[in-house]
Amino acid sequence: MSDDTQRVGIVLVSHSAAVATAVADLATGLAGGGGTAPIAAAGGTEDGGLGTSAELISGAAHSVDRGAGVAVLVDLGSAVLTVKALLAEGDELPDGARLVDAPFVEGAVAAVVTASAGGDLDAVAAAAGEAYGYRKE
Amino acid sequence: MLDVLDGDFFRRWLTTAAATVDREADRLTELDSAIGDADHGANLRRGFAAVTEALAPRDADHPGAVLVLAGRQLISKVGGASGPLYGTLLRTTGKALGDGAEVSREELAQALRAGVDAVTKLGGATPGDKTMVDALVPAVDALSTSFDAARDAAEQGAEATIPLQARKGRASYLGERSIGHQDPGATSSALLFAALAETAEATR
Repeated sequence: MSDDTQRVGIVLVSHSAAVATAVADLATGLAGGGGTAPIAAAGGTEDGGLGTSAELISGAAHSVDRGAGVAVLVDLGSAVLTVKALLAEGDELPDGARLVDAPFVEGAVAAVVTASAGGDLDAVAAAAGEAYGYRKE
Repeated sequence: MLDVLDGDFFRRWLTTAAATVDREADRLTELDSAIGDADHGANLRRGFAAVTEALAPRDADHPGAVLVLAGRQLISKVGGASGPLYGTLLRTTGKALGDGAEVSREELAQALRAGVDAVTKLGGATPGDKTMVDALVPAVDALSTSFDAARDAAEQGAEATIPLQARKGRASYLGERSIGHQDPGATSSALLFAALAETAEATR
């Protein structure tokens, strides 16, 4: 088991600050006992409205970066496009930041559980992406 | 015909675009309230105000640098999908122009083509999806003819989105109900090319 300095960071980007924060709380709660991976919510715009803030995303990504990579999960529309554009900028997000293609809520839980268990960025991204496969009927 | 474009030309294009967006913001938001989330005008106004502010210290002198700086501001400040899309357009166009002090209209047309390609790659839209791409593609093609031709082609491209059904973005959730409305993104793209033609006219 790795200590916190080696854990993958998780960033949750939603159009809504309430959604991003609540999903972060949910994922942390379901990750169970022991230390959890660093997680940060980047929801809404800087003035508290619905939307996407490049500055909140960048700040959140740097706040959870422990050098093991940062998995960024997004909800839709401008959240997806803004993270892609920031990654293309090259210097806005920490080295090792990656947009993870996953459902927002289920993917966040899988990512936090995997990262908390010491999984590397590939493992975290794979676990989050696999959440697409959990059928509900 | 104007064919040597320097950094000052690009600076004036973007400040003219900012003024145009500011003037037309209510119209853009009105179009966006029909098929989107009614924030396009306010978002672009905020983004272009940041562009104007960033260009004021005149740190960016060359055409490419002006566009890269402006694109960065739009990605950071807009807060909606148009931010990363227009930001990518300007930033990629600026990078394609390189660091020359002057460029020709044809070089701008080619660089914008790279910019539009980056936009379609980022957003996944193709012509006919009722997006900004429907104004940008014909405008860039027509820019090889003249600035006025590019303005007219963008305007026609934007108007041609009215009968289309949206296939990208929030408007696509509306299905057939998106038909009959002009796309706000195509409309703001036409404003950018109107500002370009206006800038060229004033430079002549």
